[in-house]
Amino acid sequence: MFNLKSIGIYVAAIAAATLLGTAAHATDITGAGSSFVYPVISKWSAAYAAKTGNRVNYQSIGSGGGIAQIEGGTVDFGASDKPLDAATLAKFGFGQFPDVIGGIVPAFKVEGVAPGKLVLDGATLANIFLGKITHWNDPAIAKLNPGLKLPDAKINVVHRSDGSGTTFNFTDYLSKVSTEWKAKVGEGTAVTWPTGIGGKGNEGVSAYIRQIPNSIGYVEYAYAVQNHLGYARMKNAAGQVVQPDAASFQAAAATADWANAKNFDLLITNAPGAKAWPITATSWVIMYKQPKNATHSKVALDFFRYAYTDGKSAAAALDYVPLPQSLVKQIEAYWKAEFKQ
Amino acid sequence: MSSIPATIATENADRRSRVDARHDVWFRRLLKVCALLVLAALLGAALSTLWGGREVLLGHGLHFLTSDAWNPVTNDYGAWAPIFGTLVTSLIALILAVPTAFGIALFLTEIAPAWLRGPVAMAIELLASIPSIIYGMWGLFVFVPFMASIEPGLSEMLGRIPLFGKLFQGPPIGLGLLTAGIVLAVMILPFICSVMREVFQTVPNRLKESSYALGSTTWEVVWDIVLPYTRSAVIGGIFLGLGRALGETMAVTFVLGNAYDITASLLMPGTSISSSIANEFNEAVGTHRSALIALGFLLFVVTFVVLLVSRLMLRQLARREGA
Repeated sequence: MFNLKSIGIYVAAIAAATLLGTAAHATDITGAGSSFVYPVISKWSAAYAAKTGNRVNYQSIGSGGGIAQIEGGTVDFGASDKPLDAATLAKFGFGQFPDVIGGIVPAFKVEGVAPGKLVLDGATLANIFLGKITHWNDPAIAKLNPGLKLPDAKINVVHRSDGSGTTFNFTDYLSKVSTEWKAKVGEGTAVTWPTGIGGKGNEGVSAYIRQIPNSIGYVEYAYAVQNHLGYARMKNAAGQVVQPDAASFQAAAATADWANAKNFDLLITNAPGAKAWPITATSWVIMYKQPKNATHSKVALDFFRYAYTDGKSAAAALDYVPLPQSLVKQIEAYWKAEFKQ
Repeated sequence: MSSIPATIATENADRRSRVDARHDVWFRRLLKVCALLVLAALLGAALSTLWGGREVLLGHGLHFLTSDAWNPVTNDYGAWAPIFGTLVTSLIALILAVPTAFGIALFLTEIAPAWLRGPVAMAIELLASIPSIIYGMWGLFVFVPFMASIEPGLSEMLGRIPLFGKLFQGPPIGLGLLTAGIVLAVMILPFICSVMREVFQTVPNRLKESSYALGSTTWEVVWDIVLPYTRSAVIGGIFLGLGRALGETMAVTFVLGNAYDITASLLMPGTSISSSIANEFNEAVGTHRSALIALGFLLFVVTFVVLLVSRLMLRQLARREGA
């Protein structure tokens, strides 16, 4: 009896707290889309709620779903790994801006080659994924890796089987560095792969890379770091060999030509900077410029302002890279000019 | 005096029967609604996939069925590779699962000592209740490395046989049609086996005993008495398993390799209808989405055709028995 009673009191207390809580909460806003940004948005959301009382509910349903939801007006913001073009933005009255940076790394497992020792450039990577370079001791790879002993073994290519923003940015990079790739395959969240096997999600690809000898694939940097996958260094557009890390991702975001990209419609792959990691990606937030619910929209912008400043360390802890200061300034200016606040 | 209670009794009985009749009518209607609900749901699902896929089904026409191209970049879609993968993996699963299930069911009903029947039957039932994602994970982390280790030997041994050997030539990566087929076989085995075991138990003992009395071996009893007696139910069980194999998604996605290729070799990666949908639906928009929904409609058609064939087969069998 005593137990039941105490449980009753407890339940009542929780109910009261929840009621009071909701009363005290200014607003609950919702967002949906990209699964790539889900970990960092949920972390920002928790910290933001603790600070302001406003809650951000984010559904990780994929970019396609996020775009459909914001078009339907059922969420306050959508998140997509692929920017919308000017026509679509104008049609719905959307504005878009980047939220966070991530890197994509070629991950491999080759007998006798230590993680981080392999160096590749764009053309070679494209030829491997085109199925033109079929063996690890190919002269093209050997030329980039003098002194590295490469086995005479067939290259097993691994790619994503599910549609993903990672694939979109990776294929965009290959299209930029190889005209043959652009003509034969092109870029998209899912493409017709000339060779290789498909793994579902980052976890599927990395499981295949671990299990299949002499394999190469591509995964998100955060995933490669957390799972200790061996990744390759890349020769970037400036001809420098760079290591994938926060600094080289930020360098890519900082040197990309944002100033001339209207609505931030720019993929930052193959960025020109000397220190820039060539396969760097951003994700975009899409919102109505003239929202039906101005309060919600205001909270959403405030949430991302928080993410750009106080949320930096949370992003870094999850191996995402916060936007460089120069870009944040441009976004703030864009908000002021375009959004009704 | 005695007639009055009798009239009351008949009146009571009349009222009772009228009420009963009314209840019967309502009960019948209720049952009909339940049955129609299933039909409506089926028809609704079929029509909505047809409607969702209209852009590709109409735009691509027959090309959608026969082409093996699947290119979301240029919006050129053909469903032949997924259909091929679906049919081949299901076929491998059936070839492996049916004889095994038959053996297990026979062992449990005819040969096993009574104390063993309960636990083994329970184990099979438990096997049926394992979620398919678990089979997928097991397939990916345990079974694929195992297959990768035996595939070189398999190619070496079977790959040399002319013609037939083509099935077993390929890189030993552990993923592919054969691996997916074997995982599917493990998954559908309990379904087929449970049905077989249940129906084998329904064979009247006197039939079997008379046959034994005439000097038949166990095999003869099974082949000539048990199997003919339960034939239609056994085939029903096999098709239940096949239906599951055709539509299985997660486990297949993990071990099939997900490449839109049609190859002679069973060691090569392929794709299936349901795994293509599961893989790409999240990020698909426009024509790509329409193509995936059209694939869903094709799965309906494939399953329907398979069921239809099984019905025809059963009817043929029944006719031959009658003759």
